[in-house]
Amino acid sequence: MTPVLQVSGLHVDYAPDVRAVRGASFAVERGEVLGVVGESGSGKSALALAVLGLLPAGARVRGSVRLRGRELLGLPDAALSRVRGKDLAMVFQDPLSALTPVHQVGDQIAETIRVHAGATRRAARTRAVELLELVGVPDAARLARAYPHEFSGGMRQRVMIAMAIANDPLAIVADEPTTSLDATVQAQVLDVLRTAQQATGAAIVLITHDLGAVAGFADRVMVMYAGRAVETGPVGDVYRRPRMPYTIGLLGSLPRLDGAPVRALPADAAPAAEGCPFRTRCPVAVAACAVTEPAALPVAPSGQVAACLNLAATERPGAVYPVPEPVPAPDRPPRRARPPVLHVSGLVRHHPQYRGALYKRRVGAVHAVDGITLDVREGETLGLVGESGCGKTTALMEILRLAAPPGGRVSVLGRDTAALGRAGRKALRRDVQVVFQDPFASLDPRMRVAAILAEPLAIHRVPKDRTAARVRELLELVGLDAALAGRYPQQLSGGQRQRVGIARALALEPRLLLLDEPVAALDASVRAGVLALLRDLQNRLGVAYLFVSHDLAVVRSVADRVAVMYHGRIVEIGPAGAVYGTPAHPYTRALLGAVPVPDPGARQGRVTLPGGPPDPSAPPGGCRFRPRCPRHPGLDAGRARLCAELDPVLAEAGDDDHAAACHHLGAR
Amino acid sequence: MNRRTRAGLALLAALFLLAFAGPLASPWSWDATDFTAFRRPPSAAHWFGTTQSGRDVFALTLHGMRKSLVIGLLVAVLSTGLAAAVGTVAGLLGGWADRALMWGVDLLLVLPSFLVVAVLAPVLPGGWPVLVVLLAAFMWMVTARMVRAATVSLREREYVLAARLLGAGTPRVIVRHIVPQLASLLAVDASLNVSVAILAESGLSYFGYGVRPPDVSLGTVIAGAAGSATAYPWLFAFAAGLLVLVVLAVNLIGDGLRDALDPAGRR
Repeated sequence: MTPVLQVSGLHVDYAPDVRAVRGASFAVERGEVLGVVGESGSGKSALALAVLGLLPAGARVRGSVRLRGRELLGLPDAALSRVRGKDLAMVFQDPLSALTPVHQVGDQIAETIRVHAGATRRAARTRAVELLELVGVPDAARLARAYPHEFSGGMRQRVMIAMAIANDPLAIVADEPTTSLDATVQAQVLDVLRTAQQATGAAIVLITHDLGAVAGFADRVMVMYAGRAVETGPVGDVYRRPRMPYTIGLLGSLPRLDGAPVRALPADAAPAAEGCPFRTRCPVAVAACAVTEPAALPVAPSGQVAACLNLAATERPGAVYPVPEPVPAPDRPPRRARPPVLHVSGLVRHHPQYRGALYKRRVGAVHAVDGITLDVREGETLGLVGESGCGKTTALMEILRLAAPPGGRVSVLGRDTAALGRAGRKALRRDVQVVFQDPFASLDPRMRVAAILAEPLAIHRVPKDRTAARVRELLELVGLDAALAGRYPQQLSGGQRQRVGIARALALEPRLLLLDEPVAALDASVRAGVLALLRDLQNRLGVAYLFVSHDLAVVRSVADRVAVMYHGRIVEIGPAGAVYGTPAHPYTRALLGAVPVPDPGARQGRVTLPGGPPDPSAPPGGCRFRPRCPRHPGLDAGRARLCAELDPVLAEAGDDDHAAACHHLGAR
Repeated sequence: MNRRTRAGLALLAALFLLAFAGPLASPWSWDATDFTAFRRPPSAAHWFGTTQSGRDVFALTLHGMRKSLVIGLLVAVLSTGLAAAVGTVAGLLGGWADRALMWGVDLLLVLPSFLVVAVLAPVLPGGWPVLVVLLAAFMWMVTARMVRAATVSLREREYVLAARLLGAGTPRVIVRHIVPQLASLLAVDASLNVSVAILAESGLSYFGYGVRPPDVSLGTVIAGAAGSATAYPWLFAFAAGLLVLVVLAVNLIGDGLRDALDPAGRR
């Protein structure tokens, strides 16, 4: 049987010296899912675009892409358009820009059917509704008439999947289809993609940087590095017995929910131009690696192949990277004895909503933050987690304003922010600093690194003659070479930029650092390095962190305490070990269940939470989590009524400051 | 730098050289009178001919161009500077400061600027510097709106937020983080304003509301020849030609800068 999609010897060059893909070959059978994983710059997106024939003008492509034996490379545009959308379908990362905003989604799906199958308007429309039902869009007949902006991200991605399978494609290429979605929604979308695949029997190429998503979904996996496949094989074999040092490092650098230490892959070394491109980061490189680029050799009877010259050294994958020495926690007095750096009580932030074209009426308010209470003590990290829209970033920005909040109180180092004057607020800014999510946006592109790091010093009138020394000190503190001081941000890698961002925040020796998704935009191996740096800095400087993230595994690896937010409220708060080990609130449990785990065996037994994050302008009465709660439907009438009528408050849920807001903490 | 910018810069440099060094090459001064030559066409003695009162047109035109260039540059710098200051402050502060400043902008926009300048310039003491201020005062509003819009989008950038959260005040944020981003927009705008200002000055002077005797500008030179343009074309042709060249040079620079700095236009 010939494979449905066969790619052989594919090369993509963007310019003579930018070789994005260097000889990729793979084949996907009917009904099979191939996961293509790699970090940014690995060439996986260029590969996807080449297969789809969507490379930008200027790019040169060689090799062969065959769809059921038919060569696609070199086909004229018109012929390719007949294949694309019919036999070869695609799902992109950003469904908002992939759907036309001015047409109803039902019409957009119907259009793909009519263009390729020549169905009548009515038949195509009926089929569109069927497809929407298949991908789990509730009330499909009505929502087929809705426009893309009326859907949530997860629902839009379902529409994209419906469109992809509309013409019973032979193969679907999905490029980062779940990347911008919340973990709970991510799990739902992958489920839908699986349903869609079973309905059509299509082969799927899933391209992603997320090893967790691949583990639960793909049959085979191909790991790319510097434009080449460095390891390919059945997903179970590759994850359990990886043989290429890069794969081993990538899997080892993922933060884990059980809090086990990660074995960081040395980050930020450019791929070598000659020999094995990975040798610049490889712990088991030998002399031959500098000369020959290894070919992929079989390493297991299952068909697993790995491209490494030193396969003997990777017989035991666990021994390739050293386990980091556990850093002894500095001797600190117990938590209760340490003074709080940040104390927030009953913090409220509503965004008023207005409607009307001429006369604006206030029609309600988005309850972004609706009364949260927390404290962060000296030298500890509080992780604030939740799905997008839960209010965690709003809470952080409200604290950063250092001004009187619309409701509740914020006090920093014992000083109430409502009572601060202009000068007092500026002085307090020395002690409260922030690191942003996007290291590309948070550094001024027109300033050199040295000027960026000197700015906080200048603002707070540190004498000029001490600035240069302090800048050098800061660069060393975050593990950057002093030579980088003269560079502009765009000449740095993502990880280096984020380190500059951290150095800037630390310039004035703050007592509290607020981190807004500081590693969300970074590759897995870079992320591990930055997280290790943050832990190290805390040990050395004793600075407290408020760490906001949607990624529970990341929070587990840095936080001492964790607060889980839902719909503007904290639903569970406590020591990290207790919250992750014995989660009390059903929402926390569902979140933990939705985290993609890089273990193919963990596919079974996952509970996916129904629905998406709720409409923040209209909280349901009673318990806000009730509509999505897996515990609620199983309750008897009397106890269920409690949920519908009474908004639960945080209550003791075990020892040691562990509390959760649920009426039925004992229930399973 | 592309070819058009280079050509514009070379042309403008040549015109400046001509305006400031050219009179040295001529034996005649701009205010001297040759009682032996009235209204003579161009000749070896008077390269651009003479006026009816016997003044050397070459010296007179170059002297006028000198003034026109100076006025154009000053007006452009003043108006773009004012636009940058008002636009960034309004955009960055938002709220009532924004509303008040933009209200002022709208008010100035609806005033018939040519008339106001024509009425005010002759009655205010101070000569041509007052004209510069008046012209600048009516040229900055559209740019200020553009700057404000650009600032509003820059204000949301994380690095601007980061600077504010470090405790940076508004002046520092504007000077260190906003203006450098707007530099290209402002450079293009200033260069185009030079030609607008020179044309406006010439127009006003032509009608007698701009530069007044004893000062001379390209506008007054052209105005002086207005009655006899067909019979004695040298009286205005050189001045008009130089005016066209100045505006052309400045527009070439402005367009070239815009193309060079606009990321969408870059290949």
